[in-house]
Amino acid sequence: MPLIESKQIVPPPTPRQRPQILHHGVETAVLSRSTKISAQHVDFYYGDHQALYDISLDSPEKCVTALIGPSGCGKSTFLRCLNRMNDMIEGARVEGDIRLDGEDIYSRGTDVVELRKRVGMVFQKSNPFPKSIWENVAYGPKVAGVRDRSVLEEIVERCLRHAALWDEVSGRLRDSALQLSGGQQQRLCIARALATDPEVLLMDEPASALDPASTSRIEDLIVELKAQYTIVIVTHNMQQAARVSDQTAFFYEGKLIEVGPTNELFTNPNEKQTEDYITGRFG
Amino acid sequence: MSLAEHTNGRPYAKAASKLFAAACGGCTLLCVLTLLFLLWNILAYGWGLLSWDFLTSFPSRFPEKSGIYGSLIGSLYLIGLTALFAVPVGVGAAIYLEEFAPPSRWRSFVQTNIANLAGVPSIVYGILGLGLFVRSLGLGRSVVAGALTLSLVVLPIVILASQEALRAVPRSIRQASFALGATQWQTVWHQLLPAATPGIMTGVILALSRALGEAAPLVALGTATYVGFVPTLSTLWQDDFSAMPMQIFTWTEEPKKVFHEIAAAGIVVLLTVLIAMNAVAVLIRHRFSKRLSW
Repeated sequence: MPLIESKQIVPPPTPRQRPQILHHGVETAVLSRSTKISAQHVDFYYGDHQALYDISLDSPEKCVTALIGPSGCGKSTFLRCLNRMNDMIEGARVEGDIRLDGEDIYSRGTDVVELRKRVGMVFQKSNPFPKSIWENVAYGPKVAGVRDRSVLEEIVERCLRHAALWDEVSGRLRDSALQLSGGQQQRLCIARALATDPEVLLMDEPASALDPASTSRIEDLIVELKAQYTIVIVTHNMQQAARVSDQTAFFYEGKLIEVGPTNELFTNPNEKQTEDYITGRFG
Repeated sequence: MSLAEHTNGRPYAKAASKLFAAACGGCTLLCVLTLLFLLWNILAYGWGLLSWDFLTSFPSRFPEKSGIYGSLIGSLYLIGLTALFAVPVGVGAAIYLEEFAPPSRWRSFVQTNIANLAGVPSIVYGILGLGLFVRSLGLGRSVVAGALTLSLVVLPIVILASQEALRAVPRSIRQASFALGATQWQTVWHQLLPAATPGIMTGVILALSRALGEAAPLVALGTATYVGFVPTLSTLWQDDFSAMPMQIFTWTEEPKKVFHEIAAAGIVVLLTVLIAMNAVAVLIRHRFSKRLSW
C-alpha cells in the first residue's frame, strides 16, 4: 500500500486563541508534568470529509491520556495522527501542529520510520504476525538493525516479562503466535510494541475484543507501563478510562468538547454534552 | 415460529435446493467422467509401449526404436529456464504494482493490459518470439529462445496470481509492520512475501504447467522434433532441442498407426510430469499454510 505524503500546512506564526477547553481552573499535579505530545489546532480530512475540527490537546509525560466519545467521534483518527498511520490512507490530510518533545512530526524533514519507533501502537484487534512468538517480539528491533542474537534474546525476554506474558510462553517461544488466546495475543502485541523501546504508546481500544479477565490484565499492565511510557488510549469503556487514565479527553463529532484530569472530568464535568455522555444519556 | 411453519410458506424451497445441488453435482460428475475417459483412452492406447527403453531412447523413424528421452529432458530444461526467467520478473512486477506504484491512470493502464495479455493466444507469443529471440537476438531455435518465449506466455498469469496473493494478506499485518517502524521494503520482504508465498507458488506452478503443455508457440519458433542429443548447459543458447508437446504433435502427424500409439505413450509421460509438478505445488502450499492462518 503506497504511503501518501500528506500536505503540511505551516501553522500561523501568531497562535490563535485556544478554543474553549476548560482545565478546571487549578493546575493539578498531572497537568503540571512536562508535555510529551502537543497537538495544536489539528484539522483532519478524509478527502473532502472533515473528521477533526481544531483539536488542541496536550499529553503529559508518563501519564495515561484517555480519549473517550461515541463511535465515529474522531478519537481513533486523532490517535492515528500521532504516529502518522493516517499517511497510509489515500486522500487523508492533516492540518495544524503536532509536536513530540517540541519537534513537529509533520515537518518535511520528519523520518516517519523513526517516528514510529518512538511512538509505538497497539491496535484494536490483536494482529500478531503469522510467525513464532519470538519472531513477533524480535521484529521491531530486527528491522531497526539489531543483528546480535544475544541482544535480541534479551529484548524478547524483557518485553515479554514487561507485558506480563513471559511466564505463560517462556517454554514455547518458537510456537506460532496464532496459537495464543485472544488476551495473550494482545499482550504479545504490547510486548512487540515495547521492543522498539518507544517513548509513547498509542492504544486503540486494546481491550475491546477481550473477556473481562483479560481486560483486567491489560488494564493492570497499562497502569504499570505508565511509569516508563507516555500512553494515549482510545476506549469505549468509561469505567476503563476512569480506572487507568490520569487525563481524559471527550470527543464528539470530530470536536474536542472537554479535557481534564480524569477524576474531575468524571465527577464534575463542565460541559453539558460531557455530562450527558458519561451519565449514559447518549453514545 | 417453528421451522416447519417457515418451510410451509415456501413449499418448493427444499425441492429446489435439492435439485440445484443435484445439477451442480452432475456438472462435477461430467467433468470427472470426461477426464477419466480421456485418461483411460490414452492409457489403453499407449500403455503397451511404455517401457524403460521408451524413456531412454531418442526418436527414430523406426517405431520400435523410438523414444521420448530427448524431448523429456528438453522439456525439463525448457520449464526450468522459463521459471528462472518468468518468476523473478513476474513477482517483482506484482510487488511493484501492488505495493509501490502510486494509484494513477498509468497504473490502471498497465493493469488492464496485463489482464488482456493473459488472454492472448500463445501462437501470437510464438511469432513474437520468432522475430525477437530467434532472429533479432540470434538465439536460433535453442532452449533459451524457447524458454524466453514461454516466459512471455506465462508472465501475465504469474503477475496476476502474485498480485492476488499479495492482496489477500490482511491490512492489519501491513499496519502492524509499519507501526513497528519497518520500511516499505522490510514490510514486503519480511511479512508480505512469506504470507503470500503459497498463493504465488500455486500461480507459478499452474502457469508452468500450462507452459509445459504448450505446443503452438514452439511450432511458431520452428522447434525441432528429431533431435539426437540432449541440451548441455554450455550450449543452451545455441543448440536445437525438442520438447514433449512438439514431439507428441509430430508423432500424431505420422501416417503409420503405430506412431499414434507412441504419441499416446508420450502423453502419459507428459501427464506424469504435470501431476508431479502439481503434487509439488500442493506440498509447498501445505508446508507454508500450516504456519499461516488468521
